[in-house]
Amino acid sequence: MSFLRAFWLRFRNNRAAVGGAAVLALVVLLALIGPFIYPTDPFDMVGRPFMAPFGRYPLGTDVAGRDILAGILHGGRVSLLIGVMATLAATVVGVTVGALAGYYGGRIDDVLMRSTEFFLTIPSFVLAVVLVAIFSPTVVNITIAIAVVSWPSVARLARGEFITHRDRDYVLGCRAIGMPDWEIIVLQILPNALPPVIVVASLMVATAILTESGLSFLGLGDPNVVSWGYMIGVARTVLRVAWWMAAIPGAMILLTVLAINLVGEGLNDALNPRLKQR
Amino acid sequence: MSVVLLVEGLSVHFRTTLGVVKAVDGLSFAIGEGETVAIVGESGSGKSTVALAALRLIPDPPGKVAGGRILFDGQDILTLPDAAIRAVRGRRIAMIFQDPMMALNPVYTVGRQIGEVLRLHLGLSKREVMAEVVELLRLVGVPAPEDRARQYPHNLSGGMRQRVMIAMALACRPKLLIADEPTTALDVTVQAQVLDLIQSLKDKLGMAVLLITHDLGIVAETAHRVIVMYAGRKVEEGSVARIFKDPRHPYTQGLLEAAKWEETEGALLREIPGVVPSPFDMPKGCSFAPRCFAALPRCQQEAPALQEIAPQRPVACFVAQGMRT
Repeated sequence: MSFLRAFWLRFRNNRAAVGGAAVLALVVLLALIGPFIYPTDPFDMVGRPFMAPFGRYPLGTDVAGRDILAGILHGGRVSLLIGVMATLAATVVGVTVGALAGYYGGRIDDVLMRSTEFFLTIPSFVLAVVLVAIFSPTVVNITIAIAVVSWPSVARLARGEFITHRDRDYVLGCRAIGMPDWEIIVLQILPNALPPVIVVASLMVATAILTESGLSFLGLGDPNVVSWGYMIGVARTVLRVAWWMAAIPGAMILLTVLAINLVGEGLNDALNPRLKQR
Repeated sequence: MSVVLLVEGLSVHFRTTLGVVKAVDGLSFAIGEGETVAIVGESGSGKSTVALAALRLIPDPPGKVAGGRILFDGQDILTLPDAAIRAVRGRRIAMIFQDPMMALNPVYTVGRQIGEVLRLHLGLSKREVMAEVVELLRLVGVPAPEDRARQYPHNLSGGMRQRVMIAMALACRPKLLIADEPTTALDVTVQAQVLDLIQSLKDKLGMAVLLITHDLGIVAETAHRVIVMYAGRKVEEGSVARIFKDPRHPYTQGLLEAAKWEETEGALLREIPGVVPSPFDMPKGCSFAPRCFAALPRCQQEAPALQEIAPQRPVACFVAQGMRT
């Protein structure tokens, strides 16, 4: 695969992106295997509340005496899962809408883009809060809510890409050999339109994690699972006596989001067609 | 000789913010089996639009076929259902484009792209497709076809890419090949090779060719019949021999004068004064009258209709028609 190798050579040039990728890999690894090597249930009251870190429990206990390290490891799973799944859903919907609008243009474009703008005019976090409040806060509903507020920007980007590609000669060539529209959209234009979408999607994972944290912080997280945002929300009231309780999950969010952003920037450099010329 | 493509009164309009552009205005012509017909004209004369219309590929919006019929093998291209027109495209009418770099998808190997045609129309298995692709590349004179098939468009030279386009166009042995400026983007040395290739394959496969070009040298070498277009209309038609020896329309005469310059050393380029009129501001009479050395007062007032001044020689010019003896 010469394409993948060329991609890696360009990606490697960006030191920050490689560092971000390493941090991200570590976080993902912790979330994947952490609960197995540290099997404490994050909801178990294992000891006295308000225990400081580096005591009997590596990261101390929270207001209810629950192990914070267990919360970080299990919470990472939930945060990453929601971030990735919401982004995937938003990307699939956004690319579909954008592709149809951009390729066909005309009335289809008008209808699809007006509905997209309708979503864009509503502050996304407020809409997510409303959606989760209406449909009980479960992991699935939270993921859907985040996807619902995230897809419009992907749709606009994908539409722009499809508009620049649909009039290229290679598309005309495909039509001239009798290729049906869906094949042109999915197999011919999509691979060309995808790089900028991948970049935006990678950054969207970070936004989705932040949105989930925000929802949990406001008490709109799934009550049956621990997430980093939920942990911060719990620690909020005791911030002045036990700052670490909020700072530890906060640092995890910061680290993860920063790492994802660095990787996204790196992807942008490696996939951006204008920089390819260098 | 039976007729492969019959175009009758074709009009193609483009709606723009400035008004409606009549890119093609009442064009009629026919191509017989195995015949090569060239459409010549300046940029903006509507010749490429004719090529696209023949495959019903006019971008709509903004374009629209406003009138006329295009009969291919007796079927009206313009009214065929979508599935039926797709079955014609690439299989019975194939097209080669001007710039072979732009006409190939950069993310796929050329072998895969040639294979698309075979897969779409002939339903061959993967292995059969690959074997046929190699065979086609060999047919169009690509050396080491097995290796080339696995390369990407950017790995190939311009001439090789145009050969790939030709291989793609010929994959299903079409009855009609539309070549829209097939050599314009190529080096002069490669131009001749590509033209020879089209010519020899045409004879081998017995297909008809519609050649769209502004290069009269190419026309002289390859075409049987010439249609001269100006501002969306046919102004003159005739066999290559007659047109080159005895051009009747002042525009054709001007084109030939300008083309001759290349052969005459030291001579000044005899260009046709002025430019093609703006499609938004067409002259009231003959569209060529403002640039014509022979224009009569009548030419400014009404547009001349096509009239046969000799058998098989329609010309749209009052002056030429008056010269008829």
